[in-house]
Amino acid sequence: MSQDGQIRIILAKLGLDGHDRGIKVVARILRDAGMEVIYLGLRQTTDSIIAAAEQEDADAIGLSMHNASHMTLAPAMVKAVAEAELDTPVIVGGIIPDEDLQPLRDAGVAVVLGPGASAEEVAQAVRDAVASV
Amino acid sequence: MTAPTSSDSGRPDNPEYAAWRERYDEANLRDKPFETMSGVPVEPIYGDGPYPGEYPYTRGVYPTMYRSRLWTMRMFAGFGTAEDTNARFKDILRNGGTGLSTAFDMPTLMGRDSDSPWALGEVGHCGVAVDTLADMRDLFADIDLSAVSTSMTINGPAAVILAMYIAVAEENGVTPDQLAGTIQADIFKEYQAQKEYIYPPRPSVRIITDMIRYTTAEMPRWHPLSISGYHIREAGSTAAQELAFTLANGFAYVEAATAAGVDVDEFAGRLSFFFNSHSDFFEEIGKFRAARRIWARWMKERYGAKAERSMLCRFHTQTAGVSLTAQQPEINIARVAIQALAGALGGTQSLHTDSYDEALALPTEKAARIALRTQQIVAHETGAADVIDPLGGAPYVEWMTDEMERQAEAIFAHLDDIGNGSILEGVYAGIDNGYFVGEIADAAYRFEREVNAGHRIIVGVNDFTDGDDGEQHILRIGPEAEEYQRKRLADVKQARDDAAVAASLAAVTTAAEDPEANLMPPIIEAVKTYATLEEVVMAMEKVFGTYVEKAVL
Repeated sequence: MSQDGQIRIILAKLGLDGHDRGIKVVARILRDAGMEVIYLGLRQTTDSIIAAAEQEDADAIGLSMHNASHMTLAPAMVKAVAEAELDTPVIVGGIIPDEDLQPLRDAGVAVVLGPGASAEEVAQAVRDAVASV
Repeated sequence: MTAPTSSDSGRPDNPEYAAWRERYDEANLRDKPFETMSGVPVEPIYGDGPYPGEYPYTRGVYPTMYRSRLWTMRMFAGFGTAEDTNARFKDILRNGGTGLSTAFDMPTLMGRDSDSPWALGEVGHCGVAVDTLADMRDLFADIDLSAVSTSMTINGPAAVILAMYIAVAEENGVTPDQLAGTIQADIFKEYQAQKEYIYPPRPSVRIITDMIRYTTAEMPRWHPLSISGYHIREAGSTAAQELAFTLANGFAYVEAATAAGVDVDEFAGRLSFFFNSHSDFFEEIGKFRAARRIWARWMKERYGAKAERSMLCRFHTQTAGVSLTAQQPEINIARVAIQALAGALGGTQSLHTDSYDEALALPTEKAARIALRTQQIVAHETGAADVIDPLGGAPYVEWMTDEMERQAEAIFAHLDDIGNGSILEGVYAGIDNGYFVGEIADAAYRFEREVNAGHRIIVGVNDFTDGDDGEQHILRIGPEAEEYQRKRLADVKQARDDAAVAASLAAVTTAAEDPEANLMPPIIEAVKTYATLEEVVMAMEKVFGTYVEKAVL
């Protein structure tokens, strides 16, 4: 976190999924909530996200997943964070069926946000995830 | 429009009507009584012209519309391996379907093979995986390709997939001129909305013009381009932006193809469109009506089309996936019904209705059947298909049609301006300077804020939220498809003649380097050697480079 307490979050689309409507809306919601948002864009890899997280000294990593690949890619991101010896929480949003919520948490994802989360809920979830580190 | 004058029979009394009526009376009609449920006979059309089938086609592209033939109920399918999807295709054909519509998985859409690191966790999830000719052969096994029409939803690597389809047909003695179908190949909307691009815009358009040239010469029954607003709308645009961006993309392709030396009337009649049908009923109907009028006028006046077919905006419609809610998913059935009705009243040529469970995953079989039944209800029970353009002449609908047109024209003027008098250059400029993605993101954010503030009610999401039992039955694609597909690809690579593959790929690269060459013939030769999708894509990428979107918010 920066000295004035502003949360700095990396948002990225990991893998091939090109659905970026949701992540762009979330980026603006978090900005409106006073956070610094670094949007890496499409077709990122776990390596490119880790590199950005280190360089930007990010407080959180937010991924948006709409392609049913979250059960593979989200745990891969958590593992990459651990291997880089970072404690950055990984937050996942998107099309996540209920039955996947617990397995994702078990895999180390800090917060999972499904469809219909309000702007306040999204911002609060990020604050909570950052505070819990 | 003059004030409608009608006789007691409801038939307008004017010479335009008489001329249209003559065409109508000559046509074959569906064998059913055109009367209400209560037995009241109804005329084929009410109100003023221009009548359907007559320029500028606001009221419909054909003189008889659904009185002759209902829209095609074309349901999109594809999952797992080619064999899985082949079984689904055969099921569709057994049930009387004549049109197949293919969904490809994400790696295929991006021109990646199933063994690419990018494909991890993605193989077979959103559609079928196609790596080589062997998969395409499995996909269409035991299906007579001269007797079906096949729609393939793929854009970046469209030329390679089309080449595989041609090659499989040839193995079965079916020549390219016998093949009927559509390949989406609309690359502009990829940069603007769907984001499944590979190369930068200009080389991508060169590939598309090569496909247009090839199909114009060799495949008279093939539609080489389906210009799609659907994804623009799903990404968050307004109805007017969907309309305007889509038609502008259409104008841009026309400019590109004519610049490559193809006469406008030789290919424009084989262009088709694909629109979204969202929940704002009258706005959607106005959008569909405006689309026909605008396309006709621009094709005639700006691009000098002479053939009537070149001026017809024929379109497929799909209900709005983005309108489906994960909360109380069953109520999506009602949304889809209303959107389907808007598509029918808007005069669509074909329709896909979404399944109520698609906010969460690919549809289950039951949900897909309910979706099909929904459009069958619209077609057969509501009477909406018995009268052509039944809302035409209603003051609100006519105003909305004019308003959609006015907003679209303002956007065309902007693109024409930034393109220095060329819509094609305007579209390139708008991609390059972030105009399209910016406009779409702004509209999406505006909508979300309205929902979040409660100014706009989404039933089950920000109001009327009781009754969500949380039950979800979703279709899952297991990891088996990915494992199977990787092994299959390894086997194909093992068995092929590597020298032949390398030589054929070199020929693709050589053709890519020569702007005068047509890429289609060397791509067809390459896929026949079992060069993979990704290898062919990379053979062009060497020359064309890749496109990386600037991450803008």
